[in-house]
Amino acid sequence: MSIGQTFLGLLEAGPRHGYDLKRAYDERFSHTRPLHFGQVYATLSRLLKNGLVEIDAVEPGEGPERKRYAITAAGVTDVQQWLSQPERPDLYLQNTLYTKVVLALLTGRAAADLLDIQRAEHLRVMRELTRRKAGGDLADQLICDHALFHLEADLRWLELTAARLDDLAGKVRA
Amino acid sequence: MTVEPLLVADQLTKSFGPTTALERASLQILAGEVVAVMGPSGSGKSTLLHCLAGIVAPDSGQVRYQGRDIGAMSDTARSALRRGEFGFVFQFGQLVPELTCLENVALPLRLNRLGRRAAERRAAEWLERLEVAEVSGKRPGEVSGGQGQRVAVARALVTAPKVIFADEPTGALDSLNGERVMRLLTDAARQTHAAVVLVTHEARVAAYSDREVVVRDGRTTGMERSGVAA
Ligand SMILES: Nc1ncnc2c1ncn2[C@@H]1O[C@H](COP(=O)(O)OP(=O)(O)OP(=O)(O)O)[C@@H](O)[C@H]1O
Ligand SMILES: [Mg+2]
Repeated sequence: MSIGQTFLGLLEAGPRHGYDLKRAYDERFSHTRPLHFGQVYATLSRLLKNGLVEIDAVEPGEGPERKRYAITAAGVTDVQQWLSQPERPDLYLQNTLYTKVVLALLTGRAAADLLDIQRAEHLRVMRELTRRKAGGDLADQLICDHALFHLEADLRWLELTAARLDDLAGKVRA
Repeated sequence: MTVEPLLVADQLTKSFGPTTALERASLQILAGEVVAVMGPSGSGKSTLLHCLAGIVAPDSGQVRYQGRDIGAMSDTARSALRRGEFGFVFQFGQLVPELTCLENVALPLRLNRLGRRAAERRAAEWLERLEVAEVSGKRPGEVSGGQGQRVAVARALVTAPKVIFADEPTGALDSLNGERVMRLLTDAARQTHAAVVLVTHEARVAAYSDREVVVRDGRTTGMERSGVAA
């Protein structure tokens, strides 16, 4: 995920300090893996150098937290471009689940077992997300739904694969 | 701590001619818990639900409700149990087309010999609770699929059942309506402390449950016993 463009998107709503940006980012997009401050300030200085943000106000004192950042016109164009470009749809084809299924197949293990173990874990996380969604605001609901649909897609793919592999195993045995 | 299960399926086997639908399937349901029954098409989920609800008799094995073998009950006693303690929601509402939605929801109460006014008052409360008060006077043919399912959920809950059997209750709905039905169904079940046996092949729907049981080739796998009874 592009941290830079996400920062720009957040700044489009109004100027923010670095710490504030980090908090908004973590809350909305990266609940389980918060950004490091190093990443935050490295990203901001790159955006600054490329003219996509500017310093909007500086408070007296020391440290990077004095600066408040605002998006520039070039920054808005950049976000716009990013949003209008599709993501590579093949990202998920290379994930670990795929690797595991292929390995199970190669080593003659039951895909159904893998499916059962993974389903239990996926459902555990999906229950948490469903509960979080019930108690959350619109942004929470959107991000939880996004995760829920992706987890469901993983399972559907696994389910189909397990059924196909069992079919195949049946044919081999017949 | 051991909690006595409300409903127990013990080693159920059921065949339809040459087809074995269930093979020593077992399951325990505790009071108030929501259990998802998952598994591929044709694996025996609906047959298991029908056996649990006393609609279909297994060839062998036992179903016990509150410790009583429901196979040993008379037909009359079993129907009374279904009417009094169980509620049902299926994929397609199965509402009576000639009755209004309000009359449909009031029907189980009427069958339990409650007077018309009282029955319809309680039915109206449930329609309100399921956010479909506006369709009270309409017939099932005149409402949307999502509204119809919410009416069906109201009808299932109106008798304050101890167990709700739901077979693909969101199967015919889009995501948004499906979520709404699941949220309302599970909220209402939790508030009234009703257990739910939820058959679904959709993980997002199953995520509203407390735990899942998987049926494959007529066998239950995974956590067929509740995690609570230890
Ligand atoms: N009344 C019946 N007569 C004959 N065969 C039946 C009957 N009911 C179920 N079966 C068979 O028993 C098996 C299990 O059916 P069941 O309806 O329980 O599956 P399911 O898991 O609910 O499937 P689905 O997800 O498609 O609803 C299937 O092979 C089915 O064809
Ligand atoms: Mg079925």
